[in-house]
Amino acid sequence: MKTCGATPGGPSLDGIDLTKQSVIQGVILRDGEADGVPNGAPVVNAHIRLLDSQGEFTAEVPTNTDGQFRFFAAPGAWTLVVLAPGVRKELSVKAAIGVPADLVIQI
Amino acid sequence: MSRETALVTTDWVIENLKNPHVVFVEVDEDTTLYEQGHIEGAITFHWREDLQDGLVRDLISKEKFEALLSKNGIANDTTVVLYGGNNNWFATYAYWYFKIYGHQDVRLIDGGRKLWELKALPLVKEVPARAATRYVAKERDNSIRAFRDEVIAAIGTRNIVDVRSPAEFSGELAAPAHLPQEGGQIKGHIPTAKNIPWSKAANEDGTFKSEAELKSIYEGAGVDLAKDTIAYCRIGERSAFSWFVLHELLGVNNVKNYDGSWTEYGSLVGVPVAVGA
Repeated sequence: MKTCGATPGGPSLDGIDLTKQSVIQGVILRDGEADGVPNGAPVVNAHIRLLDSQGEFTAEVPTNTDGQFRFFAAPGAWTLVVLAPGVRKELSVKAAIGVPADLVIQI
Repeated sequence: MSRETALVTTDWVIENLKNPHVVFVEVDEDTTLYEQGHIEGAITFHWREDLQDGLVRDLISKEKFEALLSKNGIANDTTVVLYGGNNNWFATYAYWYFKIYGHQDVRLIDGGRKLWELKALPLVKEVPARAATRYVAKERDNSIRAFRDEVIAAIGTRNIVDVRSPAEFSGELAAPAHLPQEGGQIKGHIPTAKNIPWSKAANEDGTFKSEAELKSIYEGAGVDLAKDTIAYCRIGERSAFSWFVLHELLGVNNVKNYDGSWTEYGSLVGVPVAVGA
């Protein structure tokens, strides 16, 4: 389970030089009243695709055991496609050096 | 080769979970995935510990391959069905490996682990115990494997397909965007190579596109499929995926995977290199 850490979404940024890297990261949470978790349960079997500004596939990662993911993307506009059982969700996101795009994505 | 002999669907897998002639083998880039859960009855190969020699930079020897399969209860007449994460990258590498050593019946789950997960099909943690066999491999079939001298000679004469991402091809990146930036000593690509990223061949759910779509992707990028072809990437896994598309799905002859790939080529002294799109 994800614990209440310092980061709102993705994995810890400790050890990452944010003056050089432009990071897109986050956590995928599944909405659900049945599970009784206020912010939803982390989705551990989601696949996140990173598409460039032309819509071309660039990279893909699965979520980790805490439902988190991370890309080292170049600065600019990107599209994330979240795939999980029964779900497909697209989001626009901007990457910039110095300020990681740290997302909490509800599906 | 064709889709019918090289691929199986997830429905086929479900029907054959208890088939004693079938062994499912998971091969992942992230080797912790198998421990988190795998298809019932599946064994796993570790792409580095099991499939790399370790001393010499090469495939494991025939004897080691025989020992690996024997230990895992795979016989010469077993139907081996491979699958893995990351759109089957490392599973197609293992498929190519089985073909190198002449295994008769090897197949790939279309969509791999991703489609299995997206369909919310069951994964188990139990590791099967399989009775050992006495596997006998054939001598290596190097007709599907390219070495560096052959690659250099192919510049400007054969199709060379670079299946890495555009940023790796152009020389901006040394590795895929989600991995540590390591590989060859320099960045760029082999001159005259066409950049056709592996991902062009896959649908969003990890399955392969149709043969008509696949053919038009390669021909549209200027690859003459009547000519001999060498595919490469950074370490030979993604290019095994594209080798699979060309050789196994489209049935194109004379397609070789250059498993030395950019890690080797980009470290060679004195060979020509190109940068830019």
